[in-house]
Amino acid sequence: MTLYAVQKFLYELNRTPALQTAYEEDRHAVLEPYDLNEEETSALVEPDIGKLFHLGVNGQILMHFAAFHQIEWQDYLQRMRNGIANYGPVREGVYAMTTDLNDVVAPVHQSSEGSAS
Amino acid sequence: MSLVFAGVCSHAPGITGRAHMADPDVRDRFYDAFRQMGDDLRAAQPDAVVIIAAEHFANFFMNNMPSFAIGMADSYEGPIEDPGWLGLERRQVPGNRDISQRFITEVMKGSDIAYAEEWKFDHGIMVPLNFLTPDYDIAVIPVNINCQGPPLAPLERAWAFGESMRRACEAMPERIAIIGTGGISHWPATPDSGKINEKWDLDFMDRWCRNDKDALLDNEMYNDLKVYADAGQGGFEIRTYLTVSAAAGGAQGVVHFCEPIPIFAVSCTVATYDLASV
Repeated sequence: MTLYAVQKFLYELNRTPALQTAYEEDRHAVLEPYDLNEEETSALVEPDIGKLFHLGVNGQILMHFAAFHQIEWQDYLQRMRNGIANYGPVREGVYAMTTDLNDVVAPVHQSSEGSAS
Repeated sequence: MSLVFAGVCSHAPGITGRAHMADPDVRDRFYDAFRQMGDDLRAAQPDAVVIIAAEHFANFFMNNMPSFAIGMADSYEGPIEDPGWLGLERRQVPGNRDISQRFITEVMKGSDIAYAEEWKFDHGIMVPLNFLTPDYDIAVIPVNINCQGPPLAPLERAWAFGESMRRACEAMPERIAIIGTGGISHWPATPDSGKINEKWDLDFMDRWCRNDKDALLDNEMYNDLKVYADAGQGGFEIRTYLTVSAAAGGAQGVVHFCEPIPIFAVSCTVATYDLASV
């Protein structure tokens, strides 16, 4: 029942394809070995990106989890903002939010071109 | 032989993953500078490229977090991120266990480090390699400095780590290049992503170019609380940059590109040291 356990699960999920497959098959089952409370389990199963950010999950871990769920960048940012609006400020850790809820920090350029790779 | 190339560059995942969202003018000038750095790196004919990145929980977690770690394998895999999200295909990247082991042995004479025979690369290494060694034909020695999970090693220890790497390079017959990746000010992977303190970045890079140890280790300016306030949690990654400064042994630097690209979340930076200046 700690932020540590939430992040430990996400760390292992992010880097382990077999665990990702198991998570897709039965999300509750893969969470059983971790000491999580109901709020944390629910946020990881849904997934509730805003709640996880509010709980204090390090953004570098959360970002990879969002990418795994095919959540687009701007949607990812908005989900975190929604989490702050719905649940309140980040509870702990170094990934607190410093801008206002409605700030547009990184606007998308309107023309589209190919990628670098 | 010795150190044959030293520089720093950005590694933000947006550089490849969100390329289509950026202003193409500034983005392409940045890409040109990045690729030129790659041309210069390869012209130095290194036998191995040491890449000092601040990895992002690809290999190390708070159950056993080293302040400093070096990879020791013949091959690595990356990226761990979803390839579509990062805009980079998953691949094998060559290492060289023999060179790594001898490099680590020499570094250990001056710094206490961890070594790892398994290492998965994330964007901290994969994004730079995409521009610097696009054919993936030069052995990589991955290095990590913990910049993500406080408590973090003091800047003085990062400097000492860089000095240890310089001595290691001098003790080895191979030609070694050192690249630091990350920083500078940024608030990555948060709703603040895109916030950039350009003035802070330019001031830091001025200190970096002068290779001024006292200015780079200025505790009033760069203690963790102050960096967090002025440059965000991403600012902790200045450790990778100043480690390269120490490794460069007083060489003077040149900034080839340093401009904010908010959708990439950083002042995108390419800078090198003129090793002939010492």
